[in-house]
Amino acid sequence: MAGSADRPLDQVVKGAVAPAVDGPRGGGWRRRRYDLRALIVLIPVAIIALFPLYWMITTALTPSEAAIQVPPTLIPNEPTLDNFVRLFEQAPVVLWAMNSLIIAVAIMIGHVIFDSMAGYAFAKKRFRGKNLLFVLIVGSLMIPVHVTLVPRFILVSEIGLVNNPLGVILPSIADVFGIFLMRQFISSLPSELEDAARVDGASEWQVFWRIVMPLSRPAVATVAIFSFVGAWNAFLWPLIVLSRRELLTLPVGVATLQQEFTQNIGMVMAGAAVGAIPMIILFLLFQRYFLEGVRVGGIKG
Amino acid sequence: MTTTNMTNPPEGRIRRFWRQNGAGYLFVAPSLFFFGVFIFFPLAWSFLLSFQDFGFRGSEWIGLDNYISVLANPIFHQSVFNTVIYSVFTVGVWVLVAMVLATLIHPLPGRVRTFFRAAYYLPAVTSAVFIALVWKWMLNANPWGVFNYLLSLVGVESLGWVSDPSPFLGSSVALWSVILSSVLTIPAVGVVLYSAALANIPRELYEAAESEGAGAWQKFRFITVPLLKPVTLYVAIIYTIAAFEVFERVYVMTGGGPGYATHTIVYLIWRTAFRFTDYGAASAQAFLLFIVIATISVIQFRALRGEVEY
Repeated sequence: MAGSADRPLDQVVKGAVAPAVDGPRGGGWRRRRYDLRALIVLIPVAIIALFPLYWMITTALTPSEAAIQVPPTLIPNEPTLDNFVRLFEQAPVVLWAMNSLIIAVAIMIGHVIFDSMAGYAFAKKRFRGKNLLFVLIVGSLMIPVHVTLVPRFILVSEIGLVNNPLGVILPSIADVFGIFLMRQFISSLPSELEDAARVDGASEWQVFWRIVMPLSRPAVATVAIFSFVGAWNAFLWPLIVLSRRELLTLPVGVATLQQEFTQNIGMVMAGAAVGAIPMIILFLLFQRYFLEGVRVGGIKG
Repeated sequence: MTTTNMTNPPEGRIRRFWRQNGAGYLFVAPSLFFFGVFIFFPLAWSFLLSFQDFGFRGSEWIGLDNYISVLANPIFHQSVFNTVIYSVFTVGVWVLVAMVLATLIHPLPGRVRTFFRAAYYLPAVTSAVFIALVWKWMLNANPWGVFNYLLSLVGVESLGWVSDPSPFLGSSVALWSVILSSVLTIPAVGVVLYSAALANIPRELYEAAESEGAGAWQKFRFITVPLLKPVTLYVAIIYTIAAFEVFERVYVMTGGGPGYATHTIVYLIWRTAFRFTDYGAASAQAFLLFIVIATISVIQFRALRGEVEY
């Protein structure tokens, strides 16, 4: 993907409002006639794509007796928040949301700072072993997650971080995507400003923090959003590290609801909605950064 | 080393090296620390663990015993078999669907294009756990499950879906139900990547083909598909890795059951390590899977690589 990696960030720099991924140039609405037959396929596929989210929210808003009727009601007759109310009474959902938020914010901050630092060094600094280190970091993508799970867990329990948010946060700080993206972006920045600052007596850290970071805002935003969403949605590692009920994150906690409330699918779906809706809102607000991130990094999801 | 260097005292040389390289090292140091401690060190340790019988009082070297017992274990065989079936079908469909959807979206007006790309991407921003919970609910064995209701509309009786271990097409109804749920989850990342690549194909190629009377299918077959080959390789590899590592879906929808009908390798590794605390066996399973994934990636790379010129 390295070949196509430069352009999209360019577009972010310019703050282009145009859709991230551009089609054939030229020709607006008026000049070209569009072949709309594709919609015969695209619309049903969009319905298939979105139906699970719709059904999650619909079921969450339906009283449990109504959810198990035949035929299923596609649009709830009397939408109610009962399931949410009962869920918040019977499960520590607020705590789970707080845990998810704390963990996701911590990981996001870690990624933003450390990935930018490393990206800056790989883009602009000269030091012996630079290329080797970069290859090593990108190459670690080829190591499947599950290979390192067991020793990582032994390690985390040796330092006493089992059932501690830090046990989730610290191992998640290592992040190839962010380093790669920051390196790509910072390489495209001109070095004159940095040099000028050095001439004026700025320290290496000041050059990085006062000059490079502000210029890298679009890339930093992309890294921040991806890190936050990824950490919020993470499941396997939090499942391994956290077991005390009040310490769980939303995905792990909500997954336990289905054993607890077998008779009440509405409450389970309400839990899922509580975890899913914040990310849906984030996506709708920052869509551009999501699609850019996929395009440049191409490794999430 | 030059003569000027040799006249310097050793501290001078170190200092000079540090002056030239130090800043770079300091900037990568935090990341290197985390990669070292939480990825590379565990990788090496995991390799050693796979030759040990891990106990809390100390570990014993047992050579290849873990590998031998894992390879002889029918549950491992079943898990590998399930994972392969799951991966072959999901990756195949995902790559095809992503390419076709991106091709169909591409010529549409900008706003429409953005709308569809967003609609397909939206479910991918929520945790796989939540999506899997909804799928479990939709594939409910009762007549009020969405899929059973759809079947009833065409006069077919309710199915057990993920709770039905009975054999079906070489595997089980349960596994095929999990596959169905994955296949119907739109490969959003693939669509975005293909879209980006399509934007780089010069329009002149299509215009030239049109002027020689090529139809939509011919343009797709002889221009789009060959020029998208590098992306196809990339998409196929990331989806293969994702499919081989499927976990949330199995954990939530079936818990690996009924019996072992939907055990996949990562699910088995997780259970071996964190339910049965058999760290040695889990590490051996992990390395075997590592080898399988690496081999498949190399094969895909060989099969799909090739120079592409615009």
